[in-house]
Amino acid sequence: MSIISVQNLIYEYVRTLEDGSTRKYRAIDGVSFDIEAGSFVAIIGRNGSGKSTLAKNLNGLLVPDEGRVLIDGMDTADDDLIWDIRSRIAMVFQNPDNQIVSSIIEDDVAFGPENLGIEPDEIRRRVDEALNAVGMYEHRMKGAHMLSGGQKQRVAIAGALAMRPDCIIFDEPTAMLDPKGRSQVMHIIKQLNAEGITAILITHFMEEAQEADRIIVMKDGSVYSDSTPEEFFADREKIKGAGMAMPPAVDLRERIADRGVDIPEEIMTGETLVDYIVEQVK
Amino acid sequence: MIRDITLGQYYPGKSVIHSLDARTKIIATLLFIVELFVVNNFWGFLIAAWAMFSVIFASKVPVGFIFRGLAPVFFIIIFTFVINLFMCDGKVLVHWWIFTITYEGLRRAAFMAVRLILLIIGSSLMTLCTKPIELTDGLEKLLKPFSKLGLPSHEIALMMTIALRFIPTLMEETDKIIKAQQARGADFESGNLIQRAKSLIPILIPLFISSFRIAQELALAMEARCYNGGGGRTRMNEIHFRRRDAAAAIVLILFLAIIIASRWI
Repeated sequence: MSIISVQNLIYEYVRTLEDGSTRKYRAIDGVSFDIEAGSFVAIIGRNGSGKSTLAKNLNGLLVPDEGRVLIDGMDTADDDLIWDIRSRIAMVFQNPDNQIVSSIIEDDVAFGPENLGIEPDEIRRRVDEALNAVGMYEHRMKGAHMLSGGQKQRVAIAGALAMRPDCIIFDEPTAMLDPKGRSQVMHIIKQLNAEGITAILITHFMEEAQEADRIIVMKDGSVYSDSTPEEFFADREKIKGAGMAMPPAVDLRERIADRGVDIPEEIMTGETLVDYIVEQVK
Repeated sequence: MIRDITLGQYYPGKSVIHSLDARTKIIATLLFIVELFVVNNFWGFLIAAWAMFSVIFASKVPVGFIFRGLAPVFFIIIFTFVINLFMCDGKVLVHWWIFTITYEGLRRAAFMAVRLILLIIGSSLMTLCTKPIELTDGLEKLLKPFSKLGLPSHEIALMMTIALRFIPTLMEETDKIIKAQQARGADFESGNLIQRAKSLIPILIPLFISSFRIAQELALAMEARCYNGGGGRTRMNEIHFRRRDAAAAIVLILFLAIIIASRWI
């Protein structure tokens, strides 16, 4: 069953030029796809490919100029449904600092449920549960400014989780984090997905996109490719055409293959590549 | 730099003071400040200081931690002290070159300094012992009666929450901009007062721009978390006026009476 259905989505920005005239600039140009409930989808693409604009269209932060976005059959253009939609499709942004509203961690996590008008006892339960899910429960009374970037991002995820969403959109959540914070956040995303939450990950890290079970590649506002990671990373021309860098392990595999070694195309991660090489050396 | 400022910071704890209703603490702090201006002799300050220290000990916030909060305003205190010291006529104590210290000047200078110190510590004590969210919730409830007159009490409270939250963030941002400008050869340390003030412009403009960007991102994040104004919102921790607040109110009234009485000592 699909939780999000994007139908011929067109989104235009109006830009004011230096001479004061305005010009329309099409960020998303006729995009259609469905996202299955419980799946883990990565959306990748270069800067300016429209991936972030697309993400904001998926929970009604932006409303399509043409076409429709349906969440469980609810149209994001319908003002009466918008809060219902946003409580189901939560969002985590890139900058960990600029999405935390309250100084104290647990008060920030409570912000979403408080907006939904939930009973105090139930909010308490949800906040504790969400903080435990991201491993930040023991920091609940701390000030936001005392945390590292990775920890702040985990708090932001807890804030999204406390609304009990069906789906969370992660808009480049690791772009501003150090390697340790990145791996922690990725681990949490995978774990939440395993527990049944639909995960949509906007990223430009190929290693992260590899973890998904489907990759949608955006280029110039359109869907350039929509496939499994296996299919996508097996096709060198396609990766180049999308303007993306190859994941390190895939790059290495290709270069080994170029030297005339017969190496299976299923190898995509560092781990499996090492296994394969060790096997061959023995 | 950021660690020094205790005004607006919260010190987590479970003391009696922490558990009081935020409204009680706001009103108590306001009254305390008013009382500091009612006082007209050192006996009054002694009583006020004694009351303040009892509250500090009851709150279990380390005294050193509170006094460190005075460091950033130390200059202001010294400045007020010096100005008052030399700018008062009366019985001359010391006379040297153009400087004259009078008995009245010394008395007034000490008076102002003590008043300022008590004022700053007293008000930082309130934020140290009250979670920011409780503080703003308390303020929202206190202002609620005025919302009928068109005062946006929820919005004011939310603005305060966000302001308190973003003080450290903007501090960091300022540090970053200063370093970036210094790396480009900007000089903030030499020159006279006007030149120095002018050299702050390359800091203030980027800071303004980045705070607008932060505000925009934050607004988007709040919308994504279903924020749509004050109507229909609930609170995780509802604040309640309890028996201990009533007890605090009685103590407060007694204190007020003693302070007023102290004027005639």
